[in-house]
Amino acid sequence: MAETTSHGTRVSSLSHVGIVTKYNFLNYFRARRFYVMLAIVIIISGLFTGLLAYYQPGTLVGTGDPLAFYRGGWGNFASFVLVLSTAFFGGDAISGEFQNRTGYFLVPNPIRRSAIYVGKWLAALAASSIILGIFALIMLANGLYYYPGSVPWGFVQSLGFAWIYLVAALSLTFAFSSLFKSSSISILMSVILLLFVFSFVDVIMSGVAGVEPWFSITYGAGIVSNVLSTTYPFHVTSIPLGPRTTLTTFNATIPEGLAILAAYFVIFGLIGLWLFERKEFTS
Amino acid sequence: MAPSLEAVRVTKRFGSFTAVSDLNLKIQGTKCVGFLGPNGAGKTTTMKMFTGLISATSGNALINGVDVAKDKKAALSSCSTLIETPEIYPSLTPKEAMTMLCEIRGVPSEERNKRIDEALGRVKMQEWTNKKVGSFSKGMKQRVNVASTLLSDPEVIILDEPSTGLDPRGMSEVREIVKSLGNRLVFMSSHLLAEVTEVCQEVALIDHGKLLVYDTIDNVTSKFAGAAGEVRIGFARPLDIKMGAVISNIGGVTSFSRLNDRQIVVKFDHAVVTQEKLFEVIAGLKAGAQSFESTSGLEDAYLSLVKETL
Repeated sequence: MAETTSHGTRVSSLSHVGIVTKYNFLNYFRARRFYVMLAIVIIISGLFTGLLAYYQPGTLVGTGDPLAFYRGGWGNFASFVLVLSTAFFGGDAISGEFQNRTGYFLVPNPIRRSAIYVGKWLAALAASSIILGIFALIMLANGLYYYPGSVPWGFVQSLGFAWIYLVAALSLTFAFSSLFKSSSISILMSVILLLFVFSFVDVIMSGVAGVEPWFSITYGAGIVSNVLSTTYPFHVTSIPLGPRTTLTTFNATIPEGLAILAAYFVIFGLIGLWLFERKEFTS
Repeated sequence: MAPSLEAVRVTKRFGSFTAVSDLNLKIQGTKCVGFLGPNGAGKTTTMKMFTGLISATSGNALINGVDVAKDKKAALSSCSTLIETPEIYPSLTPKEAMTMLCEIRGVPSEERNKRIDEALGRVKMQEWTNKKVGSFSKGMKQRVNVASTLLSDPEVIILDEPSTGLDPRGMSEVREIVKSLGNRLVFMSSHLLAEVTEVCQEVALIDHGKLLVYDTIDNVTSKFAGAAGEVRIGFARPLDIKMGAVISNIGGVTSFSRLNDRQIVVKFDHAVVTQEKLFEVIAGLKAGAQSFESTSGLEDAYLSLVKETL
C-alpha cells in the first residue's frame, strides 16, 4: 500500500513516467512546432496529391501495381517526414531542459531523472507518431483513390518498419539532446546526421570500400522502402564497372534491418539516459 | 523528528575550480536560516547539491537524514525547492504546471485544486490561473514558482534568492510568505540583508566555498558587527551649525558628519540610552526630521567577515 503523509502519497516511478508524458505531450500539442510540422506534412502530401492528379505519371498510377504507387509516394517521403519529426520533438527535449531552464522546475522534485527521460521520450514518440500517422493516412487515401479496395501488404509492413525506425531515431536524437546543452545544436546535429551523414557513409562504405554498413541506422532503415519493391532486393549486388572496378550495393534483410534499429534503440537509449543522469544544471 | 538539512564534508569542483570546499553544516528544527555570501561564494552550488541538480564531488548532502545523491526521490519527498529562476513549460497554465507538481508529489486529487488556488492566492496570481505561462513576465513566473513550493506542505523549503525578478510589492509579499512558514525549516539565500534580518532567525555565511559562520543573527551581529552604530538622518529644513553642535555633544555620539545641509550621518556607541537621547534631541531640534536610516548590524557583520577572507 502506498505511504501517505501530509506531503502526499509516494508515487511510483511508473506513474511519474505517465505524468511527465502527459504534460510534455500537452506542451508539444499546444506548441507552434507541432503545427509547423503538421504544415510541412500537409504541404508535402498536398503537393504530391496535386501533382499526381495533374500529371497522372504512368510509373505511379498506370502500372496496375499499387505497390509501385506507394513506393513512389510513401517510400520516397516517409523517412524525410520521420527524421524531421524526431528532430522537432526529440532534438531539444533534454537540452531544452537545460537551455530553457525548465529543468529547474521539474528536476528538483521527488522524481527520478530516468522517469523524466522516459516520459519525455514517450511524449516525443506520441507527437511524432501522430505526424507520421497523418502522412500515412494521406498517402493511403491517395492510394485508395487510384487503386480502390487495394492496400498492399508491403505498405502495411513499410508503415510498421517506419514506426520502428522512428523509435530508433528518437533514441539517437535523445542521446544527442542529452549530450548538448544547446537546443539548436542538438536539433541540427540530429537532422544533419540522419538526413545526410549516415546516408553518405552508407554510399561510401558499400560503393567505394565494398563493406556492408551494418552499423548505420539509415542502412537498417532501408527496409522501410525495400519492402515496397515487387521482389525484395538482393542482400548484395555487384555490378562490374570495368576490368578492376566493381560497384557493390548492400540491402539490409528484414531481420538484419530490424536488428540494427533495435540496437540503435537500446544502445542510444541507454547512452542518452546515462548522459542525462550525470549532466549537471550549471548556469 | 525535527526537519533537518545537513552537509557532511561536501566538496564540489568544476575542473580546477573548487566552488564548495569541505562544507560541514547541520541545520535542524523549524526556523528560517539565511544563507549569505558574495557572488560566487558557493551558495547556489550548495543548494543545487541539496536538490539533485548537481552532484557533490565528495561528501554528502542530506535532507531529513536521507542522502540526496543516493535516494533523491525519498530525500525530496518532504522538501520543496526554488533554485534560481526556473522556467515553466510555456504552453502550460499555472494551474496545469502546478497540477503536474501535485501529481508528481502525490498530493491527493481531491485536495489539488484547493491547494493550487490557495498557493496562487498567496502570491496574488489567481486571475492568471488559466493563462499560458509563456506570456508571463519574469516576476509573474517567479510568483508562480514561489507558489509551487507551497503545494505539498513540505517540512523543508530551500529558496535560492526567491525575490529575484520581483517588484517591491512582490518582494514584500514573498517576505510575508516566508515569515508565515512557521512550522518548517526554511533555508533561504539572499543578497538582501534587510530581508534576511526580517525573516530569518539564523544565518550561515559562506565565502570562497567555505563556511565562515553559522549562528543566530543576534550572536553573529554581536560577535562580528563591531561596537559602533550608524544612522543617516534627513531633515525637511536646512540644519544650521548650532544644531550640529547639539547632536555632536550628545553623550555616546562618536562622530558627526554632514552629507549636505539636510542630511547628516551620526556614529554612536550602539547603546540603547544613546539612541534614546539621539531621538529626543533630533525631535527637539524642530528641523523637520524626515528619515532615520540605520545601517544593519548584520551588514556590518557580513562586511567584517567577508572582508577578512579577501
